[in-house]
Amino acid sequence: MSPTESTPVVTSAGPSTPAASRVEELPMVKALNAGLRQALADDPKVLLMGEDIGPLGGVFRVTEGLQAEFGRDRVVDTPLAESGIIGTAIGLALRGYRPVCEIQFDGFIYPGFDQITSQLAKLTNRGGGAFTMPVVIRVPYGGHIGAVEHHQESPEAYFAHTPGLRVVSPSTPNDAYWMIQEAIASNDPVMFFEPKSRYWPKGPVDFAGTAAPLHASRVVRTGTDVTVLAHGAMVAVLMQAAEIAAGEGVSVEVVDLRSLSPVDYGPILDSVTKTGRLVVAQEASGFVSVGSEIAATVAERAFYSLNAPVLRVSGFDAPFPPAKLETKFLPDADRIMEAIDRVMAY
Amino acid sequence: MAPSPSLDPTPTESTPTVQFLTPEGELVTSGPAEEYASYLERLTDDDLRAFYRHMVVVRRFDLEGANLQRQGEMALWVPSHGQEAAQVGSAFAARSQDHIFPSYREHAVGLVRGIDVLSIVELLRGNTHGGWDPTDPTNGNFHGYCLVIGSHTLHATGYAMGMQRDGVVGTGDPEVDAAVLCYFGDGATSQGDVSEAFVFSASSQTPNVFFLQNNHWAISVPVRVQSRTPLYLRSRGFGIPSVQVDGNDVLASYAVTAKHLDDARSGKGPQFIEALTYRVGAHTSSDDPTKYRDEDVHNLWVSRDPIARFEKYLRAKGEGDAFFDEVRTEADDFAADIRRRTLVLEAPPLGTIFDHVYSEPHPVMAEQKLWLERYEASFEEEQA
Repeated sequence: MSPTESTPVVTSAGPSTPAASRVEELPMVKALNAGLRQALADDPKVLLMGEDIGPLGGVFRVTEGLQAEFGRDRVVDTPLAESGIIGTAIGLALRGYRPVCEIQFDGFIYPGFDQITSQLAKLTNRGGGAFTMPVVIRVPYGGHIGAVEHHQESPEAYFAHTPGLRVVSPSTPNDAYWMIQEAIASNDPVMFFEPKSRYWPKGPVDFAGTAAPLHASRVVRTGTDVTVLAHGAMVAVLMQAAEIAAGEGVSVEVVDLRSLSPVDYGPILDSVTKTGRLVVAQEASGFVSVGSEIAATVAERAFYSLNAPVLRVSGFDAPFPPAKLETKFLPDADRIMEAIDRVMAY
Repeated sequence: MAPSPSLDPTPTESTPTVQFLTPEGELVTSGPAEEYASYLERLTDDDLRAFYRHMVVVRRFDLEGANLQRQGEMALWVPSHGQEAAQVGSAFAARSQDHIFPSYREHAVGLVRGIDVLSIVELLRGNTHGGWDPTDPTNGNFHGYCLVIGSHTLHATGYAMGMQRDGVVGTGDPEVDAAVLCYFGDGATSQGDVSEAFVFSASSQTPNVFFLQNNHWAISVPVRVQSRTPLYLRSRGFGIPSVQVDGNDVLASYAVTAKHLDDARSGKGPQFIEALTYRVGAHTSSDDPTKYRDEDVHNLWVSRDPIARFEKYLRAKGEGDAFFDEVRTEADDFAADIRRRTLVLEAPPLGTIFDHVYSEPHPVMAEQKLWLERYEASFEEEQA
C-alpha cells in the first residue's frame, strides 16, 4: 500500500493537529500501524527493528508502509537473529535511540531471552541510573489462529517475573494505538504483548482522545456478583461469558488488566470488595503465572471481602497442542462460566 | 610467534602474526608488520614512556587487588597479569571520541581511558554492579563491564549502528569520525552473541573493531577446544577482514589497532584483531590453574613477558634507571592509594536495591523500599 493509503493518523503534523473528534473503526493491526507511524513522526530517535518489517510490513503487516515512509535507517529489516535484534537495540539505546523491536512470533523470543533478562532489564540498575533503556519489544502472542508449534504461545509470565521490565498487553484497537505510543515514550524497557487473535476484529479508535495511563487496569463492564479479570485476547472471552451469565441472572464485572507489570491493583481490589468473588483468566499455562500472582495478592489484600476462593482459568500445564485441539486447550466462555458457577455456589 | 602446542588450534602454514618487538626487545619490521610500520611513526618518546608506565601501574594494581582479595576485602579478583601490552597498546590507539566496550578483564584499558579503577574494586567487593558512569566524559567513553560472556559485543554493534545514524563515520574529519572498540576473549568466540555481532556488524558495515585477546584459556579449557582453526580466521566467513598480532608486543598492538580503527572510522566496515597473549594468573581468585595448566607452556609464556620485553627496548633506546625507578615508585604509590581507599569503603545504602531498577516511578519499588526501611527501623526501636 502507499504510505498514506488508509492512514488514519494525524500524520506528521504531530500532536498540535486540531483535536476534532476522530473516531474510526479499525482492526488492531491498523491501529498499531497508526501508533507506530505517529511515534516515528514525533521523535526522530524512534527506530523500528525486526525480521521482515520492511517491504513486507511484518508477517502480520503491522509495519506496512512504514519503511517506505521513514526510510531503511529507521525501519530496519534485521538479520534473522533475535538475540542480535535485542542486543543491538540495547547499543542503540545507549547511543540515545529509542528502538522498537518486533519479535515475529511469541515462541521465537527465547533466543533473545538472555539479552532481555540479563542485559536490557538490568542495565539501568547496573549503571546506577546514569542512562536509561527506552526499548520496546513487540511480541505477537497467543492462540486461536490455527498456527503451527511456537506460533501460539503466551510467554508473558517470564517477563513479568523479571525486575526492570514493564509488561503490557492491549485488548482493543484503541488501547493498542495509545499504549504503543506510551510504551515508546517510556524510558524503561517495555514488553508489549499483542494478542494475535484480536489483530483483525475492528473496534473504534479515538485519534483525538486521551491515553489512559499505560499501567492502569480498567473495569470494562460493571457488575455486582462476581469479578472476572484477564488481559489481551481473553478479555473478549470474558465479555462473552458476562453476557451469558447475565442471561442466567448473574451480574459479572469485567476488569481488563492492560498492564501485567506493574499490576494496577486499585480497580481490581475495589471491584472484588464490591462483588466478593474473583475469577482470573488467561491463555497461558496456570502454574506460576500472572493469574496466580494476582490471585495470591487479592487473597492477601481482600481476604475479608471474599465470599469464595479466587479461581484461575488457564491454559493447561502442557505444551500448546496441535491447532486442531487449541479450542480445547484455551479457556472459552463455557470454561469461564464453569468457574463463575463454582464461585457463585459459595 | 611460536604457538603453544598443547593449547592452540592446529596452526596453518600461513598464519601471519604482526610483531615489531622480538622477545629480546629488538625492533624488527618485516613481513606482515611492514603494512603497519607507519603507525609507529606517530609515537613520541613520551608516548612510549606512557605505554610502559601504564603497563607497570596496572600490573601493580593487579597485584594489590589480588592481595586485597586474599585479605578478605573482596569476594573475587579478576587478574589482568600478562595481558598488559595487548590492552595498553590497543587502548592508546583509540581516539577520545571512540567508544570502548570491555569484557571484564580490561583494567588497563579503563586506566588508559581515565576511569578511577577503584571502581573495579568496588564492583568485585560487592558495593556495586557497575561502578563508573560511561556517560561522564571524564571516563573516556569506557562502558561498563559485562559478565555474561560475549553479550556486550552486540551492544557494541548497536552502538556503532547509532554512530552511523548520527553521521560520525566516514566524514573525513579526524575530529568527528568515531569507532567502537570491543574487547572479548577466546572463550567468547564460541558464544552465539559474538557470531550474531559479526553478522549484524557486517550486514550494516558498522564502525566496529573487535579486539580478541586470545589468552589461551577460558577458565580451565584451552583454546583448541573452542576452535579447530586459528581464531583470527573466524571473522572472515562473515566478511570481516582480520589480522593476528603478537599481543605481548605493545607496539604491534598499538599499530594494528590504530590502523583498523582508522579503517572503521573511515567507513570501511567492521574489523577483527586477534591478539595472542597469555593469562599468567588465574581466571579469577576462585580458580586453581595448577589443576590444568602445563608448566612448560606456562614458563614459555612467562618468558615472553610484555613488560620485560618493552623495558629491554626502552633501555636499548637509552632510557635509564631513573625513569624505571620513578615508574616503580609511581606504581607503588598508586597501589597504596587503592588500598587506602578500599579499606574505607562503606556498604552501599539500602536504597541501592530499589532506586535504579526503573528510571521512572514504579509502585512495587516504592512499596518494597518503604517496607524494608520500616522493617530495619523496627530493630532499632527494639534496641532503643
